[in-house]
Amino acid sequence: MTQNQKVFTLKTFIHLAALTPVIWLYLSAFSDGLGADPVQYVIHFTGKGALNLLLITLCVSPLAQKFKQGWLMQVRRLLGLYSFFYAVLHLANFILFDLQNNWSLFINEVIKRPYITIGMVALLLLTALSVTSFNALRRKMGRNWQKLHNWVYVILLLVCVHYIWSVKANISQPLIYFMLAFVLLALRYKKFSRILPSSR
Amino acid sequence: MLIKSRKSYALTDNDVTDESVYLGRRELLKKMGFIGTGSLLAGALPLGSANAGVLDFFTDDDKKSASKLAALEYQKAAAEFTATDKLTPEDKVTHHNNFYEFGAQKSQPAEYARNFKVDPWYLKVDGQVNNNLLLDNDDLFKQFDLEERIYRLRCVEAWSMVIPWVGFPLASLLKKADPKSSAKYVAFETLYDPKRMPGQSNRFLGGGIDYPYVEGLRMDEAMHPLTMLAVGLYGKALPGQNGAPVRLVVPWKYGFKSIKSIVSIKLTTTEPPTTWNKLAPQEYGFYANVNPKVDHPRWSQASERRITTGGLFASNRIATLPFNGYADEVASLYKDMDLTRYY
Ligand code: HEM
Repeated sequence: MTQNQKVFTLKTFIHLAALTPVIWLYLSAFSDGLGADPVQYVIHFTGKGALNLLLITLCVSPLAQKFKQGWLMQVRRLLGLYSFFYAVLHLANFILFDLQNNWSLFINEVIKRPYITIGMVALLLLTALSVTSFNALRRKMGRNWQKLHNWVYVILLLVCVHYIWSVKANISQPLIYFMLAFVLLALRYKKFSRILPSSR
Repeated sequence: MLIKSRKSYALTDNDVTDESVYLGRRELLKKMGFIGTGSLLAGALPLGSANAGVLDFFTDDDKKSASKLAALEYQKAAAEFTATDKLTPEDKVTHHNNFYEFGAQKSQPAEYARNFKVDPWYLKVDGQVNNNLLLDNDDLFKQFDLEERIYRLRCVEAWSMVIPWVGFPLASLLKKADPKSSAKYVAFETLYDPKRMPGQSNRFLGGGIDYPYVEGLRMDEAMHPLTMLAVGLYGKALPGQNGAPVRLVVPWKYGFKSIKSIVSIKLTTTEPPTTWNKLAPQEYGFYANVNPKVDHPRWSQASERRITTGGLFASNRIATLPFNGYADEVASLYKDMDLTRYY
């Protein structure tokens, strides 16, 4: 396979793997196939999906470096955008099905509940990264692009906090996510030692 | 009428269907002679998915194992104990549970409690009473007149169900034990048996809360006619995941007060510790009365998702009522109390 074919194949796979669960989710949801509380189910499913995709996105560059597979970098944007896509569905589920379009309640929740506030901040940042992810813009933004996109690490931590704060008692799963996030950050310690002092 | 149905929740055609299907099934069972022998069966057989041993080859099919639950013989309760809201379908009542002893995810209890054996079972009643009691599995179904009551159940997580319970008033049991005047509170305890309740031995599964689960009521709350001990739902013995063989149901309080699979009831002079309150005192109080005006620190309690039939589009957010709609009956119990402080 040429490099282009590899990229094409992997991208096709990513589209399928990211879209199939969404289609399944909403088909089941509307046919009463998600158990007693479909609202909670779709919120959790899309929230987890967004976080999983974010983690996978952040695996790309370490993998590409380690195995010297530079072409992998070409699928990173797609993965990141799917993470954003899931996060938007997550928010839409919350507003449409949980709050049932009660916008004043939504604004109340964003202000009053710290875990929702944090989720909102994460989503706004994710939006900023998504709209600036196109190559044309990337070239135009020059060094600022990288600066902006370094916020992805903040997003990751915000989402982990959002998650652990949202659960009632069983924090074992969010703790596992914290550990995964920590590993992904630790892999980049060289980068951080470079960017952190310079950002002063 | 003693118990008010939700105004914003008028009856629709559906409501009637749900119940009539259910009643139709009861008729059928009656014709087949099952209900008449119900109490006999209930007494003679270990109850619940509990008796899985007998029909083990059915155990990987939930639906079938559910149908093995013994049918009960009971009266319909007076209208004042029968909410007219649309019922939550049986399979949702039995497959969406908070019972961390069998797993902290909602779907896990139905799975992990499938082979839960409830026979033998002993429920002891002691403490500040003149008559210590020890009831076995049989007594729970035979010593009291069972009746069916339809109650709203409001979970602290802001979802709710409407469930036809079968059971008897807690007061009937407590009167048998003859409380001393020194009895001010009632302390309840769930079975502690990590071999039978996997969540108690595995912190990942059980959400890392302290076991055994304990709960408590003030004496006047415990003696209130609405407070019941349930041994069944939808006309059959309780499945393991819903708290077999006997659980508390206090309809005006958040669901976590309604402790499941009870082995001990102790009358005490002081307020007993309660599980969720120990875990997060700023989030869960001893009283835990349903109160739309006092939010949980992390989410609003002003409204709730009512779980009935239908998928995502049918989801229904309704206003939460003070004391879960039972204010006329119970508000007087708390008349001089600051409910923001005693949440
Ligand atoms: C406006 C922004 C957001 C809102 C309003 C929001 C709201 C929520 C809500 C209501 C829950 C469920 C809590 C419960 O079970 O009671 C939740 C859980 C969660 N959210 Fe968000 N969220 C937002 C942003 C995000 C973002 C950007 C991500 C990930 C990229 C995310 C990931 C998660 C995860 C992983 C969970 C836990 C799911 C589980 O318990 O299985 N959220 N969020």
